Amino acid sequence: MSEPGDLLHVVTADEISDQRRALGRVLVWGSFGLLVATFAVLGLAQADVIGLQLPNWRPALYAFLFWGTCLGISRVLLSGEQGKRSLFILPATLFVVATVIFPLIFALGIAFSNWNLSSLEGRSFNGLDNVRQMWSDPFYWNALGNMVYYTLAILVEYAIAFGLALILASNIRGRRFFRVAFLLPLMLSPVAVSWMIGKSMMEVRFGPLARLARWLGWDRPSFFGDPEIARATIMMMDAWTYIPFMMIMILAGLQAIPREIQEAARVDGAGGWRSFWEVTFPLMLPVSITAILIRVIFKLKLADIIINVTSGGPGGATDSVTSFIFREYRDRSNVGYGTLLAIVYLLLIVIAITVFMKLVDRWMNPRY
Amino acid sequence: MTPRQIFHDSDVDLGYRARWLSGRVAVYGVLLLWTLICLFPIYWTLTTSFKMAPDVMQGRLIPFVDFVPKWKGWESLGLSPRLIGQESTVREEFLKRFTNSTITALGSSALALVLGSMTAYGLSRFRYRFGFMRNPDISFFFLSQLILPPVVLALPFLVLYKQLDLLDTRIGLILLYTLTVLPIVIWIMRDQFQSIPVELEEAALVDGLSIWGAFLVIVLPIALPGMVAAFILSLVLTWNEYFFAALLTSTDAKTLPVMVASQTGSQGINWWAMAALSASAILPLIVIGIVLERFIIRGMAAGAVR
Repeated sequence: MSEPGDLLHVVTADEISDQRRALGRVLVWGSFGLLVATFAVLGLAQADVIGLQLPNWRPALYAFLFWGTCLGISRVLLSGEQGKRSLFILPATLFVVATVIFPLIFALGIAFSNWNLSSLEGRSFNGLDNVRQMWSDPFYWNALGNMVYYTLAILVEYAIAFGLALILASNIRGRRFFRVAFLLPLMLSPVAVSWMIGKSMMEVRFGPLARLARWLGWDRPSFFGDPEIARATIMMMDAWTYIPFMMIMILAGLQAIPREIQEAARVDGAGGWRSFWEVTFPLMLPVSITAILIRVIFKLKLADIIINVTSGGPGGATDSVTSFIFREYRDRSNVGYGTLLAIVYLLLIVIAITVFMKLVDRWMNPRY
Repeated sequence: MTPRQIFHDSDVDLGYRARWLSGRVAVYGVLLLWTLICLFPIYWTLTTSFKMAPDVMQGRLIPFVDFVPKWKGWESLGLSPRLIGQESTVREEFLKRFTNSTITALGSSALALVLGSMTAYGLSRFRYRFGFMRNPDISFFFLSQLILPPVVLALPFLVLYKQLDLLDTRIGLILLYTLTVLPIVIWIMRDQFQSIPVELEEAALVDGLSIWGAFLVIVLPIALPGMVAAFILSLVLTWNEYFFAALLTSTDAKTLPVMVASQTGSQGINWWAMAALSASAILPLIVIGIVLERFIIRGMAAGAVR
């Protein structure tokens, strides 16, 4: 991410009168006061301090929207041209803060409490109980372990995607047809995929894949009976949907390599294999790393297929963290514990990805 | 007299020809095999939706040759030539889910496109400072949302939406989906805007347009292909979203993927009906994929090559 400087120089003579400035201040602080007041009233009503019956917290939402609008207007009133620039990123910032930062803080509160939505008791703070429960929950650790396997499978996906991209970038007929055909799996919804492939084509008695397996000499094909095989099957279905994604990123990278470089390699006498390993592959490293990183991020969200095909079975062998927490909530309505697990997962992801990026950085730009 | 052959292919050249040919065969073999892997599940779903029980059980594959296509699967959705004129509760149910999916996908993609384009433009043209945060930090702040696994937000949102009375509403889903695709839109659009020369806007400013005028009148039309790409990618992701929809909707705002998923367990297994339902869930995107393939590839390539 290079630093984009002040690319668009705009010099305007903003003459902001004192009145205008005062109006801006009144607007922003007034609406902020309204927001605080709304929260206070709603909080008091919730706690039965004042006798006001409110059906929900919607007023707080409206007050927030109002405050956001006033903030935008006051930016322009207070700093003129500079304020108009900040309007470009203000809406998205407010949106992300309201929908990510605020719920995350809220989640931290939930994570350390015992809160079962199906029971009437409501929420009670229980300190580190959830952490202790997590520590001795074999299924959670198992799911985390599975995620490592699933993530490692990306290397195989990457190899296949690279191979396909190389073929697509070479001189072939009907490239557009093949590109569309290879892209299609990415467009399909994982839920439909899990039905189409997982439930229907892998049906043991008459699914075409089971037939194929029998024809190939596997007597009693069962794709989800054995833990190892079940995990591999899930990996394959997920790979099927996402290989096109990596393939297209790598293809774009391949097409951006100037032809002269490969021609020079050929003139120097490098064969196909050698020019791939010594020219194409190193040049593709930055693209590869981006593709793998994005793929890892998507893989860490893997859940839909597992929820719908195996729901974690046999015995949690195919569980991903997301599907495990999903069931934890749906079967037991256990909001507090589920949130703690999710937050621990988030922390692990952030740490892993930071380490990964640091290592890549060290490796790509070595300092001697 | 036989004509004397002057030029001979040497053995080496003949060998080269044979090797070239075998290479071609291998390449097209791989291509066709992968095409089969990609397209067969789609083909299977489409044909199964026209099969009767014995056709499914005996694994018949080719319509009109192996089996006679019947509308049974589509009848269970109320979408066959025989039933299309009649009242049908299943069809209404299906259409409701379909509209829900369409509205949430279109709405959230549009919202994300508006917010994302503005942010990406601002970040690629101006210098900001929010406390310690400079442009790269702000960019990173937005892009890092991509790492956030949905499961972290799911339960807090469940509770928050309950308080806000947004559970099981389309608007609630739209907000959440916008959040999930926003980083992707920003990423693609930032790339787009950086490739547009600043001189264009400078000229527009000299001609008397304001910053916002230049953005709306000059820059956006040029960035249109990128916007289409970002929009379609968001559409794909939001149309297919299952996790949040399964948690946050129950009756009113249930989307198509949830409907597909909820059918699997109940009432035995109705292969043809399930196939028809899945087919209708994937068909819109298949059409989009075939027609707008260029844009999708462009969008995904945006991040790869800088």
